[in-house]
Amino acid sequence: MEEIIEKIYTGERISPEEGVKLLRKGNLYQLGMAANAWREKLHPDKVVTYIIDRNINYTNICISGCKFCAFYTAPGKKGGYILSFEELGRKIEETRELGGNQILLQGGLHPDKTLDYYEEMLHFIKSYGIHIHGFSPPEICHFAAINDLSTGEVLSRLQAAGLDSIPGGGAEILSDRVRQEIAPRKCLSDPWIKVMEEAHGLGMKTTATMMFGHIETLEERMEHLERVRSLQDRTGGFTAFILWPFQPDHTVYSHLPKTGGFDYLKILALSRIYLDNIPNLQASWVTQGPKIAQISLFFGANDFGSTMIEENVVSAAGISFRLSEKEICRLIKSAGFEPHRRRMDYSRI
Amino acid sequence: MKYMEDIVEKAGFSDILAKVKAGDRLTEEDGLRLYESPELLAVGYLANTVRERLNGNYAYFNYNQHINYSNICINLCKFCAFGRDKSSREAYQMSPEEVRFKVMERLSEPITEIHMVGGIHPDLEFDYYLDILRAIKEVRPEVHIKAFTCVEIAHLATLAGKSVEETLKMLMEAGLDSLPGGGAEVFSPRIRKKTCEKKLSGEGWLEVARTAHSLGLKSNATMLYGHIETAEEKIEHLAALREVQDESGGFQTFIPLSFHPRNTAMADLSQSTGINDLKNIAISRIFLDNFPHIKAYWIMVGSKLAQVALSFGADDIDGTVTEEKVTHMAGAETEQAMALEELVRLIREADRIPVQRDTLYQEIERY
Repeated sequence: MEEIIEKIYTGERISPEEGVKLLRKGNLYQLGMAANAWREKLHPDKVVTYIIDRNINYTNICISGCKFCAFYTAPGKKGGYILSFEELGRKIEETRELGGNQILLQGGLHPDKTLDYYEEMLHFIKSYGIHIHGFSPPEICHFAAINDLSTGEVLSRLQAAGLDSIPGGGAEILSDRVRQEIAPRKCLSDPWIKVMEEAHGLGMKTTATMMFGHIETLEERMEHLERVRSLQDRTGGFTAFILWPFQPDHTVYSHLPKTGGFDYLKILALSRIYLDNIPNLQASWVTQGPKIAQISLFFGANDFGSTMIEENVVSAAGISFRLSEKEICRLIKSAGFEPHRRRMDYSRI
Repeated sequence: MKYMEDIVEKAGFSDILAKVKAGDRLTEEDGLRLYESPELLAVGYLANTVRERLNGNYAYFNYNQHINYSNICINLCKFCAFGRDKSSREAYQMSPEEVRFKVMERLSEPITEIHMVGGIHPDLEFDYYLDILRAIKEVRPEVHIKAFTCVEIAHLATLAGKSVEETLKMLMEAGLDSLPGGGAEVFSPRIRKKTCEKKLSGEGWLEVARTAHSLGLKSNATMLYGHIETAEEKIEHLAALREVQDESGGFQTFIPLSFHPRNTAMADLSQSTGINDLKNIAISRIFLDNFPHIKAYWIMVGSKLAQVALSFGADDIDGTVTEEKVTHMAGAETEQAMALEELVRLIREADRIPVQRDTLYQEIERY
C-alpha cells in the first residue's frame, strides 16, 4: 500500500490491480488525501463549478429494458410518452427563463422513430439558440441500427442538425460480463467506446459516466476506469467523469442495498486518482444528498453538476433531493471554494 | 503515513499532530484553530488518530426505544420544533399507563435501553415521573432507563421541593439508571439568552451532571451547533465539559447535535452542511480527550454521513431508534428506525467492526 500511495503522490500512474487494492484495503485518508492533492493540482484556483440546465427526456419508451432502470416503459405498455415539439419548446423556454444555457436531451431507445425525426428535433431545439448536450452512445448505436447507417454517419448527421456535445450516459459498467447481465439489449463496451471516439474525432466534447454498486466486482470497476482512461489518452475528448451510484428502488434489483456515503467517497477519490487525464469530476448531490456532495469536494470532485431544473430518471428510482442554485452556491462557499457557473465544456460564465 | 502527515503539517497542525500522537491535551486556542481551518481532511485525520487509539476499529450501537412522554413545555426554546404550549391542539402527554403500553408493545424485541425525555411540563407532579419510571420497570425490569436531561432533573427537583441530589436518589429508587445528554445546547449565556432564555443555565446543567456523577449515575453530554453560535462559544462549551469530566469521570459519550431549523422559530437559518457536521464531530473528538466515546447520531446527520463520521472521530452511531419525535418534528428526512441488520451493514461498509452494546458500553454482541 505504501508503494501505491508513493506512486500517486509522485505523479505516477497506478494500474487497475493497484486500484482494486486501494478500494479493498485503502482507508478514507489514503484515498481522500491523495485525491484531494490531485484536485488541487488540476484546479489550483479553488473554484468549484456548476451548470444550470434541464434534463429533457423526449421519450420513456424503450426497447432496451435494462434491469437497473426504473424509468422506461416497454413499447405498447401503458404509461409510455413522447414529448411533442410544442412541449419541448415550452420546457426550453422555461429553462431559458431560469437562466439555463443548456439542455441535456436523452430518451429511451424508441422502436420506430427514424433519424430524420431526431434531426428535425435538433433543428427545432436549435432554433431557441441553446446548447444541446444529447444522445448517449446507446441511443447513437440504436439510431444506426434502425436506419442502417454507421454510428459515424449518425453522429455527423446529428452534429449537422445541431447536436453540440454528447453525455456519457449508458456506460453503466464498461465490462461485457456486467452489460450482458444487467442490460443485454444495450450496446456492449466496444461500441460505447467507439461512439465516443468518433464523436471526439468530429470535434464534439463528451462526458463519461459510471453507474456502480450493483452486480459488478471491484475488478470490473477498474476495467471501466481503464477503458475511459485509455480512450482519453488517445482523444482528450472527455471533459468530465460522473459517478452514478445505482439506485435500486423500483428496479429488478430492488433487493440490493444502496451505496453508502463511505463507499461513494472512496470510489470518487479513486476515480480522481486513476483518471489523471480527465480534468473534471462531478459530485452527485442528486443521489448522495447535499451533505455528502459537499464533502465530495475534498475527495476529488471539483464540480457540483447541474441545478437539474428537471430530472426524471433518478427520481423514478426513489430519490428526490432538490437543490436550488442559491443552495449549491452556499454549499460550495461554506466548503471554502468559490462557486462559478459554467458551460458544458467547463468554460466559465 | 508520510504523505498524510505531511498534509496535516502543511495545514499548519504540526504541533497539534504531535500532541495528538503523544496523547497531550489541546488548548482552547488549538481548538479554535481547528474550527477556523478549511482543511477538512487534516482535521479529520487528527480526529481519526485519536479515535483509533481510544476505540480501535470498533463502532458501537445499541438497541433502544425512545419514549417522549410529553411535548408540553414552558421553555419553548427557539431552536425546538417539538415543544408545545399546553393550550396547543398538538399538545400531548402520556399517562403512566400509556408509557407502560409503549414498552409492552415491544417486549418481544431485544431492547436493552429506554431513552425517555420530554418537555418542561407546567403542572405534572413529581409523582408522575416516579410513576412512569416504575411503569417501565414493572413490565421490563431488566431494561436500562436513560431518562430526563439535566434540565428536566432541575425542574423535577423544584417540583419535589428537594435538592438535586435527593431528587436523583428518589428517581434512582424508582428505576432511573442514567441520564441522557440533552439540554446542554451551547452553555454560553449569550446563546441561551437569545435562544432559550427560560432554560436552566449552563452552570446549572453542569451542576446537575456533577451531582449525578457523584451518585454513580453515568450521563452523556451534547452540543447543539449550526445556529447562531461562534467557534469560541463552542470551544468554551467543550472546555467546560472537559473540566467537569476531569473531576467526575461520569460522562460516557459526547454527542454533537446538528441543528434542524425547519418548523422552529429559527427556520430562516440554513441546515447544517456535511462539512460542518464532520468538523464538529472531529474537533470534539480531538478536544475532549477524557470522553471515552463520540456519537454521530444518525437520526440527525443521516446514515450516509454517519458512515463517514466513523472515520472523523465518531465511534458510536446510536441505536435502532423508533418513534423518534424531537428531530423529525424539525424536518429530519432520515428514516424513523433502522433495523439491526441495516446498522450492522452500514458499519461494516465503513470498514469498522460493529459492536452491539448496552447503555454502559458492555459488549452484547460483536458482528
